[in-house]
Amino acid sequence: MLANRKLILAHFWLAFAVFGIALTLGAWQIFIRSPIGTWLSNPELYYRSLTAHGTVMGYVFPTLVAMGFGYAISESALEQRLVGVRWAWAGFWLIVTGSIMAVIPVALGRASVLYTFYPPLIGNVFYYLGVVLVVVGSWIWVALMSINLRVWRKAHPGEPVPLAMFANVAGSYLWAWTAVGAALELLLQIIPVAAGLKATIDAGLARVFFSWTLHAIVYFWLMPTYIAYYTIVPRAIGGRVYSDSMARISFILFLVVAMPIGMHHTFADPQVGAGFKFIHSAFTALVALPTLLTVFTICASVEIAARLRGGRGLFGWIRALPWDNPMMLALAFSFVMLGFGGAGGLINMSYQLDTSIHNTQWITGHFHLIFGGAIVIMYFAIAYDLWPHLTGRELTNLRLIRTQLWLWFIGMIVTTFPWHWVGILGMPRRMAYFDFGDPAIAPQALSVTFSVIGGFILLASGIIFIVILARGMRAPQAEAGPYRFAMAVHQPITVPVALNTHALWVALMIGLTLTNYGYPILNLALSEGTSVPAVYVGAQ
Amino acid sequence: MSAQDTHASAEVAARVERRWATLAVIIIVMMALLAAFAGIHRATMPQPRVETTDPSRLHLTGEFVESNLGSVLESNGNVTVRAIGQQYSFTPACILVPADTPITLRATSADVVHGILIQGTNVNTMLVPGYISEQLMRFAQTGDYLMPCQEFCSFGHEGMWGKVKVIDKTEFAGRAKGGGRLSCVGQ
Repeated sequence: MLANRKLILAHFWLAFAVFGIALTLGAWQIFIRSPIGTWLSNPELYYRSLTAHGTVMGYVFPTLVAMGFGYAISESALEQRLVGVRWAWAGFWLIVTGSIMAVIPVALGRASVLYTFYPPLIGNVFYYLGVVLVVVGSWIWVALMSINLRVWRKAHPGEPVPLAMFANVAGSYLWAWTAVGAALELLLQIIPVAAGLKATIDAGLARVFFSWTLHAIVYFWLMPTYIAYYTIVPRAIGGRVYSDSMARISFILFLVVAMPIGMHHTFADPQVGAGFKFIHSAFTALVALPTLLTVFTICASVEIAARLRGGRGLFGWIRALPWDNPMMLALAFSFVMLGFGGAGGLINMSYQLDTSIHNTQWITGHFHLIFGGAIVIMYFAIAYDLWPHLTGRELTNLRLIRTQLWLWFIGMIVTTFPWHWVGILGMPRRMAYFDFGDPAIAPQALSVTFSVIGGFILLASGIIFIVILARGMRAPQAEAGPYRFAMAVHQPITVPVALNTHALWVALMIGLTLTNYGYPILNLALSEGTSVPAVYVGAQ
Repeated sequence: MSAQDTHASAEVAARVERRWATLAVIIIVMMALLAAFAGIHRATMPQPRVETTDPSRLHLTGEFVESNLGSVLESNGNVTVRAIGQQYSFTPACILVPADTPITLRATSADVVHGILIQGTNVNTMLVPGYISEQLMRFAQTGDYLMPCQEFCSFGHEGMWGKVKVIDKTEFAGRAKGGGRLSCVGQ
């Protein structure tokens, strides 16, 4: 029952178009700074590309996927026409406008500040305004998700909110609140300086504001993937969700503990004391809990599917799984990458181990494996699963889909494993050039060359993905029927209020943010003499 | 979850699930306790205090004036290294330190955000203008290490590489006799 196919398709197509561009830039970057690339006589081009790659992959692409998927969930899980379609289009066009506004100064080399901004470096004001528009556009989506759920609740008093929508709304609230950190940094600190109203900026405070956004944004990227784990995968492979309540608890935990942990990005920073760093480190450990719960529930759900298909034995059931089903394949790849990436993440969040790898290629490897790997491969799976319902046409070439998923998995492993390794050797990240002729750097050359091969495998996979979707627009028509989500083994009939509403958890999320960020932010904001002169990009 | 689910399979499912959740909580609490123990007992923790400095007056007054940059042998036998990062180099560009000696690195930035990373060690800290970074270090062996800037600091970032030269303790003491600030720039 997807009434607004055009709206959802517009979000997905824009998402995958900008993804394709950013992926191509990424492949160029990995090549140009490797031993097989020729020396880039103008390193500034590299940083333009890097800024565009990060801005698109961090802000535009996942936000559009979450929005399009969110609208689809709202219509299908609630079985209710989307309320506020005109507002949804307004949000979409705000993102289009913001993206164009941001990309022009980046392309001109006027905003090479990377997507992490890095004040006191200051770029062209339109870059920041563009990012703000993208975020404002996504906030319209947050409001619409909340409103649609409210409308549904009025019509269905006391009924359990479908899991997919419960999780979707939790994800939207998480995004609304986590974006506030970067919004404060942009509106209070950076934009006044970029617009020429102020000439100094507190770089330490800006880094703390940004850490508020920088970690929880990862969980916002992750939400569509986790929703797919719980509500699409079991249905697609013929199983059941092991536990509906554990799923709700996992999403609630993400909402509450994803936020107050961002300062583990500032372990090596001088502007935050050790006490708050420890608190954030401990809370970061806590955020592993919903993932551990999810791994258990999903493996159990998959096992149900296998046993229904006649699988036997302690591990023998694994063979009975429908491995030719793209969803099964995507889930398996996603879990393998989540496992390696998660293990690396435990090292990053560690109060002590972080110094061995902070700001090295290890970190680049880590978040490409988690986001580009575990998360994005499920974005592909979501698109494949939804496409027939959006186009009214069947995706017939399952073999090509499987090839695409295999290539993405292999490409991601071949790219990121060498990055982890050279990171341990101390290779810094975000550099346009390395002198591989230096005897101290030469041993890293082979690993870096491998990662280039991985980068090109990823590019090939990305191209195939877009080709599959484009071909799907022209395939023979076939009615896909209503879009459905997985059922639980024990479908909830009544759900405790705490697991059916968000208010309590949103309050807790805000409360924990205030306790974990309030003092450090106030302390920095009130201290005198820490503002430093801005350094304008392109002015040197 | 609902009162209607009373049959045995639901109970088994809930029990298995509870066990897993308990195990997960235990793992997480253990990790936090280990970090706390290592932090307190082995004194391995990030920089504990916040110190500030005015980057626009670094060259005029205070501990980061040019004549005070480099390594100095303190009266207790420890060494203090003072350095600054600026687009796109470190001063001093080559840091000279003795092996097997407790060293305190104190550094800051004169313009944008930089970072100091000494390859092959776990010496790794950010340089944020306006704030002083302090890190304790100790090198077991003599040798040369590369010290790249690990944070994007604009278009020349890829060229910002410093060096650390670790020499014998007695040789360092000999060079330090005359007082002043030591470095290995130009050697």
